[in-house]
Amino acid sequence: MSKRDLLLEVGLEEMPARFVALAAAQLKEKVEKWLAAERIPFDQIISMESPRRFAVLIHGLAEKQPDRNDEAKGPARKIAQDEAGNWSKAALGFARSNGVEPDQLYFKDVNGVEYVHARKSEAGKETKTLLPQLADVIAGMNFPKNMRWGANDLKYVRPIRWMVALFGEEVIELEIAGVKSGRISRGHRFLGTDVEINSPAEYASKLAEQHVMVNPEERRATIVEQIRRMEQENGWKIPMDEGLLDEVVHLVEYPTALYGTFEEEFLTIPREVLVTSMREHQRYFPVENAQGQLLNHFVTVRNGDSRALENVAKGNEKVLRARLSDARFFYVEDQKLPIENCLKRLETIVFHEELGTIGDKVRRVRKTAAQIAEKLGVSQEEAKQVDRIAEIAKFDLVTNMVGEFPELQGIMGEDYARKAGENEIVAGGVFEHYLPRFAGDLTPKSAQGAIVSLADKLDTIIGIFSIGIVPTGSQDPYGLRRMAAGIVTILLERGWQLSLDQLWDATLETYAAQGVNKRTVEEVKKDLVDFFGLRLKNVLQENGVRYDVVDAVLSADLSYVPEILAKAKALMTAVSDEEFKLIVEQFNRVNNLAQKAEADQVDEALFVEDVERGLYQAYLSVQQEVAGLKDQEKALATLAILREPIKAFFDKVMVMAEDQAVRANRLGLLLRLSRLIFAYADFSKLVFA
Amino acid sequence: MKMTFQDIILTLQNFWAKQNCLIVQPYDVEKGAGTLNPMTFLRSIGPEPWNVAYVEPSRRPADGRYGENPNRLYQHHQFQVIMKPSPDNIQELYLDSLRQLGIEPLEHDIRFVEDNWEHPGLGAWGLGWEVWLDGMEITQFTYFQQVGGLECKPVAVELTYGLERLASYIQEKENVFDLEWVNGYTYGDVFLQPEYEHSKYTFELSDVDMLFNLYNTYEAEAKRLMKERLVYPAYDYVLKCSHTFNLLDARGVISVTERAGYIARVRNLSREVAQTYYAERERLGFPLLQKGNNGAVVEKGENSNE
Repeated sequence: MSKRDLLLEVGLEEMPARFVALAAAQLKEKVEKWLAAERIPFDQIISMESPRRFAVLIHGLAEKQPDRNDEAKGPARKIAQDEAGNWSKAALGFARSNGVEPDQLYFKDVNGVEYVHARKSEAGKETKTLLPQLADVIAGMNFPKNMRWGANDLKYVRPIRWMVALFGEEVIELEIAGVKSGRISRGHRFLGTDVEINSPAEYASKLAEQHVMVNPEERRATIVEQIRRMEQENGWKIPMDEGLLDEVVHLVEYPTALYGTFEEEFLTIPREVLVTSMREHQRYFPVENAQGQLLNHFVTVRNGDSRALENVAKGNEKVLRARLSDARFFYVEDQKLPIENCLKRLETIVFHEELGTIGDKVRRVRKTAAQIAEKLGVSQEEAKQVDRIAEIAKFDLVTNMVGEFPELQGIMGEDYARKAGENEIVAGGVFEHYLPRFAGDLTPKSAQGAIVSLADKLDTIIGIFSIGIVPTGSQDPYGLRRMAAGIVTILLERGWQLSLDQLWDATLETYAAQGVNKRTVEEVKKDLVDFFGLRLKNVLQENGVRYDVVDAVLSADLSYVPEILAKAKALMTAVSDEEFKLIVEQFNRVNNLAQKAEADQVDEALFVEDVERGLYQAYLSVQQEVAGLKDQEKALATLAILREPIKAFFDKVMVMAEDQAVRANRLGLLLRLSRLIFAYADFSKLVFA
Repeated sequence: MKMTFQDIILTLQNFWAKQNCLIVQPYDVEKGAGTLNPMTFLRSIGPEPWNVAYVEPSRRPADGRYGENPNRLYQHHQFQVIMKPSPDNIQELYLDSLRQLGIEPLEHDIRFVEDNWEHPGLGAWGLGWEVWLDGMEITQFTYFQQVGGLECKPVAVELTYGLERLASYIQEKENVFDLEWVNGYTYGDVFLQPEYEHSKYTFELSDVDMLFNLYNTYEAEAKRLMKERLVYPAYDYVLKCSHTFNLLDARGVISVTERAGYIARVRNLSREVAQTYYAERERLGFPLLQKGNNGAVVEKGENSNE
């Protein structure tokens, strides 16, 4: 079959950098889907993109759809024809739906029954006649943010300005929002000109002549290579921030890296401020020396060649100098502000309309943190540090620097607190209380910082839940999931014996005291159980715990997070043992019958058989032993001791005895046993092959 | 010879006049941005074509720095261009305007960096870019999608040049007050005293009670005029509300919660003004539809005796 290459290029005004790669990937996917639906085979499809275009190049696209020659099976003969051999409505409908005349229908034997059949044959169409449909494929693309332009109704990522559509050397005519396809593409905005593409294969090389690297990998490699060379020539280290590199790759069509210099005196500004100014606001790469210290240089990537680079460097230096002057001014001014003054201003910043000001939040967090500290039995000195951290944790929100760079909250607080003479643990805690900010982030270094981190996160989650906002689907505007995951992470890492229930209660009390009572405590707690349950589930799954084991430990008890993970791990080891299945069978028998019990009364005088007494003794001793056990593997092994006495009990004893007192006594014993065993995990959730 | 501040304005005016923009003068009510001028806010509503360019002195009370900061001003100047419907070659036109100012793209790094513009007080938003010249934002480039809560059909494109930034780049000055307005006169000669005095007034001397009263009075007047369907006078009072709010905000007497409330009040007014403007233009039969983009009458209607 003969084949041709196909090129499809959509040219636009500059797309947002973050959408460029997505756009090309989407076009590729949509075109592939369309080709599959139209049954047109091809050898290979690749996508390419730059800020002003996305394209697909298809190698070896068939010139024709294959002919279709399928056989369709319809109703059985007795339904398809009446006794006189006339076609029934069902058969006529079958013929119609397959595009054949009734007299083309025929019968075929399938497992001894005759069914009516039709042969659908259709000559394949010329690909060229189908390709104009690609206009709908292109126009049907969707982007996270869309716009209209001119007098068009189409909503698209940015205005479409040209299109190239070539099947071999032939132009495929498409039209979208008044733009007609052709063979003319556009080169680099300043270094190139319009360029005629004669065939798809020469697309990338023709654009290269016009200073457009249409393959993003080539742009990336060029930038990295230029930066590495700069490192070698100057003895620098330029850390490659992948997120920034990705963005820069999609901001330029022809990259040239260059560096600029700023006054050394600006290096007295904290590193985080310098880096944020350069990276977030200007998309510059900061420069370090071999020891990792920040230098007074920056690297930027220009969309152009090496002409008049000194202009570009000078302009960028001017911009950065203005920004750093502002930052230095803020830094100096902020340090003149006493922390206590900042705290007063927190009273005027609203945390949430229905939950009060940041000042209110600080008071609540102090109370919760104090309760947690008390439960953990920290020293008096540590408790004082916890309180001070909670008190000043938010003071930097009213500083100029955080006003200008919100992402520096906590970081500036730590720096300013230390300079103001706060204790080292307290200063560190101001930053640490925000941790972890994302999955895999640092966690608080000090226990004091960790306590305030828990209290602050609990305060936000429970506050927002209390006014009826609970994250659903992709809706989580306050980032509550991340905070709950942070709480779980801290508890696990610290191995603290704090039950979630205790923590929730501590915070709920502070809201009750403030008069926030839109929802009842019960309603809020019900949501909290579900919400934290899901976070725990994720944590357990991340730890490689099987889903049935996750269910088993989570349906039993949500109190102690470290314990939950330890139990899950113990169960993961246990379930791989053949014997364990037999133990669980006994546990489940106990549990099933225990449902019938009305009370947990056990009267030794009512025991009839020795095995009853034996089971009761075993219960008492296991209960005692398990009670103080922290080691969850040992606890599980101890529970397993019950297997034999249970088995002996069931072998010998008829639980549902005639004598009502004896029966109640036996059920009571089983209920107690079941409570003991199922407090560990809901063993009935375990699935054995 | 570097271009003076005055030359920059004249060059841009001449350039955009040649692109068939009407050159109009700044509007005489205080405002925070050229977008608030009725030549933009009202005219970008509805189907009538509209091309216009003008300088807008823009007051941002909170940005006042007593004339002591080299980059921040109580009042700066914007050069504003509106073209509706947005022309297909608008980016090229814009780049040509830079060439007129002596900025040759091949010798600089010019980039269109994503920027989504939103003005909650105007119920307006659009998509576009900030244009970077060697890392400095010199222009906001926006395709209006909604104005006054109404869909823009056709879409107007707005270019807002920051004149002080452009001039400081062109004249290679670090301090805005050192810019040359014309030869022999600096920006400071013209604006230093008002910068100081307005800052002093805004941050220290403004009469807060009076401003709160004015806000309420202006709002009431705007509402009353809306009932009379007098769009332009009503809109003047909306602008006054907006500026009064900015003064109060700069004075730090509006809490975060209240802030949203005051903005919502201005937004509700501007929505109403926008809707009434549309209805009034519709009642008049959208008169400018009769004209081409260059202002010439393309087709005379049958009843052209008005």
